[in-house]
Amino acid sequence: MSIDMAQFHQVFFEESFEGLDAMESGLLNLDLGDVNVEDINTIFRAAHSIKGGSGTFGFTAVSDFTHVMETLLDEMRDGRRKITQPAVDVLLGSVDCLRDMLQSIQNGSEVDQSDVAEHKLALDNELNNAVPSSPTGRHAPEASAPKSAAVLPAEEAEQIAGWVIAFSPHLHLLKTGNEPVRMFRELAALGQLTTTVDLQGVPDLDDLDPEECHLSWKLRVLGDIPEAEIDEIFDWVEDDCDLAKQPIYKTSTSSAQTQVSADIAIKPVTNIVPREISSEFASTSESESNAPERKSGKKEEVKAAPKGSSSIRVDTSKIDTLINMVGELVITQSMLSLLGEHFELNKLDQLKNGLSQLERHTRELQESVMNIRMLPISFVFSRFPRLAHDISSKLGKKIELKLVGEHTEVDKTVVELLSDPLVHLVRNSLDHGIEMPNVRLAAGKPETGTVTLEAYHRGGNIVIEVTDDGKGLDKDKLRAKAIEKGLIDPEAILSDKQTYELIFMPGFSTAEKLTDISGRGVGMDVVRRNIQALGGNIEILSELGKGSTISIHLPLTLAILDGQSIAVGDETYILPLGSIIESLHVKEDRLNRVAGKGETFLLRGQYLPIIRMHQIFNVPTAKTTKLTEGLIVVVEGQGLRCGLFVDDLLGQQQVVIKSLEANYRRIEGVSGATILGDGSVALILDIPGLVRLANQ
Amino acid sequence: MATILAVDDSASMRQMVAFTLKGAGYNVVEAVDGADALNKAKAQAFDCVVTDVNMPNKDGIELIRDLRALPNYKFTPMLMLTTEAGTDKKQQGKDAGATGWIVKPFNPDQLLKTIKKVMG
Amino acid sequence: MSEIIELSITDQQDAKRLDTSLQFLSFTLGQEEYGVDILRVQEIRSWEPVSRIPNVPAYEKGVVNLRGAIVPIIDLRERFQLGHSDYSPLTVVVVLQARMADKTRIIGVVVDSVSDVVDVNKKSIQSAPNFGAKVSTEFINGLVSVNGRMVMLLDVDKLLKLDGLDGEDES
Repeated sequence: MSIDMAQFHQVFFEESFEGLDAMESGLLNLDLGDVNVEDINTIFRAAHSIKGGSGTFGFTAVSDFTHVMETLLDEMRDGRRKITQPAVDVLLGSVDCLRDMLQSIQNGSEVDQSDVAEHKLALDNELNNAVPSSPTGRHAPEASAPKSAAVLPAEEAEQIAGWVIAFSPHLHLLKTGNEPVRMFRELAALGQLTTTVDLQGVPDLDDLDPEECHLSWKLRVLGDIPEAEIDEIFDWVEDDCDLAKQPIYKTSTSSAQTQVSADIAIKPVTNIVPREISSEFASTSESESNAPERKSGKKEEVKAAPKGSSSIRVDTSKIDTLINMVGELVITQSMLSLLGEHFELNKLDQLKNGLSQLERHTRELQESVMNIRMLPISFVFSRFPRLAHDISSKLGKKIELKLVGEHTEVDKTVVELLSDPLVHLVRNSLDHGIEMPNVRLAAGKPETGTVTLEAYHRGGNIVIEVTDDGKGLDKDKLRAKAIEKGLIDPEAILSDKQTYELIFMPGFSTAEKLTDISGRGVGMDVVRRNIQALGGNIEILSELGKGSTISIHLPLTLAILDGQSIAVGDETYILPLGSIIESLHVKEDRLNRVAGKGETFLLRGQYLPIIRMHQIFNVPTAKTTKLTEGLIVVVEGQGLRCGLFVDDLLGQQQVVIKSLEANYRRIEGVSGATILGDGSVALILDIPGLVRLANQ
Repeated sequence: MATILAVDDSASMRQMVAFTLKGAGYNVVEAVDGADALNKAKAQAFDCVVTDVNMPNKDGIELIRDLRALPNYKFTPMLMLTTEAGTDKKQQGKDAGATGWIVKPFNPDQLLKTIKKVMG
Repeated sequence: MSEIIELSITDQQDAKRLDTSLQFLSFTLGQEEYGVDILRVQEIRSWEPVSRIPNVPAYEKGVVNLRGAIVPIIDLRERFQLGHSDYSPLTVVVVLQARMADKTRIIGVVVDSVSDVVDVNKKSIQSAPNFGAKVSTEFINGLVSVNGRMVMLLDVDKLLKLDGLDGEDES
């Protein structure tokens, strides 16, 4: 039977990456002063599973590598090896290396052999440097002796005509699930079998326990059968029976041998030899011989490799809910179709009820389906303990990372796109926010700095905050820098908020020098752009000497939008509800037309530009072109505020966002499309895009 | 047809075992750890149990020990899937009442051969 | 048994035909007749009102909802500068599948009427001559004569690419 093992690979990769994450967080959380055995066990188990799976699925390089990690962890688990920080660091490095290896294999790209060899060497050194307290380690040098010759007796070189076996099961043999008949069947498969049962051990019927085995046998099997095959049959029961075997030789002495065999002393057979010694040593020396000098400079690009086909793990309870919903929907549907078959007007109420039920079920179904895409934010947060560990040890800072609200759920797409901006922000906090321990002490702060990552829901948004109790932003420095870089006018009057927002301007960097931690050429402006591209915004609060908080607000999902329908002529457009501030009829005396600068209107002392929808979208059917007759919808997007001139407001509704680009292309001023209740398509407006259009 | 309980916390291994056995015509019930397996074994009679050793929530050895103590599983074949080449795990398993073991890595053919060995 | 044998003969005939000939759906635009590879035709629909898209060429009529997908509708007559004709319920939209990079895109094209499915021997396809200014020859794959009429064979992929519908061109 041939089975395509490739069908299990995707699952294997997924669980291995999960296992690696578990190992990583387990290693990071180890308290070296007081190690919890269960913690080590969890780490060990993850390594063990990856080794088992990779071996089974044919990724021998991975299983070889994991084997060394497993050995190290096994010794730690048994208390044979002391757990030291260097060892933990080596293991952490190996976790990274293993992740890269698996990613390469998954993507079908080349595994970085030198990186693997480097980490394997480090692991081997760790294994060998600190010899475990008990010499039972499989890596003890004396274990390199060639396989014991005792396994194969020299006599076996002679031609074997068969075997005589004395087999006396212990009383409990049956209770191990082993069945003598099965072994006889297997022996019979090897050659002609003769069995002689010995009933001497059977007690009187009164004393007989039917669950015990009181019989013993003399077995004779004929044929040129290697000893190993005989051993394999009795492998499982060697401790549950007395077993002796004797070969029958084809030479003239065979009869004498057979004769002797009947009287051979019964003694347990022991021939277990650790199987992995030789291969393990081969790989150890190999990795030493080609250990590279190279440092892991190209790690970033390996990580940047594209991920394979994306899949999502769904809690079974969510699936169950979904199935229930569909069940209800089917019932409602059959009820309605029954009603339709013999419809009379007096059944109108029934029909209305049925339809409202249908509506409810459909809405619930939609919610449940959307719910499937929701993942806990911990998918992003989980990488930060490692980041904090690495950065603090690199910079000699003391930092505690707190994660709050990790179970807050957010759409899968948001989770994926949020990752990079968040890494940047956390890096910034760790690198620039938190001061060195001595600086902190001098400032009267605790030596250990705290960085808090918090996620929570507010309204239809998810809010993520990165807070540190570090040195905070220096407004004067920010201002000076912005002036120096020509980003603001020296005379400009800025509020506190506006001053902090300077860090989001392109070409602004507060770090005195670029470090290899934060200075990756990506500025806060890019972070802000990415967040805004997700339909969110980012804010910063800071106090000099006390610390900073950066908040990101994002929509919970990118697939559904709370929308406000607006009418322009006979066309319908959707505005994101969150972008609407208010809508109003404007009076003539509030309008201001500036030649060449467009139209503005006065709203609470501020002049806002007016964007005529009928104009920028060339709507031929617009009801009115007089500003005082239509409606002004005040909207805000990416910090831009303006008044959209439309004919009318229609209803509010949740709309499913569809891509225009899937079959068509990007249209300026439009972020996507949706399908309305009547089946027609309405475009979803993009405010910054509208502003750009109006300025053209 | 005989029903086999396949226990492994690793989804890929579990699927591989289940797929292989189903392909050979056995009924297969999957369990994700020892505790899950014990519950399932109490609810339904199995003709054979194939279990991983290292698992959270009751490892394979404890599972075998607990199962053997149940009247229904006194003589049921129970196999451990183990990467442990050393004798200690096997010995612990045997002491707990395991019938035998399959050493990882194994391929579907080896698995089937061993299952056929105990199932007849 | 006889059924199976029959089937296999048909298969062979199919295979033979596929080898040497192509099937085209032919349609008319004004006085001209065009053809598209039948394998690229997803369905034929009657004209229905579209949602207009702002600031695009006039021949891009708008988008419709095709079973949940947003699909653009292009007026081929206007695209080929053959003049505008009013739409009626008899106006036909041919829904085509085009391949862009590794993705399949769906696009509807408005034509005057669909004429026929024609078998064309590959050998009888002539390369497209220069039509002058009237029709861009870039998306004409070749010419073929069907019962004395000249049919211009359209390259669907190129048609979409030239229209900038590949999503990368923002012009």
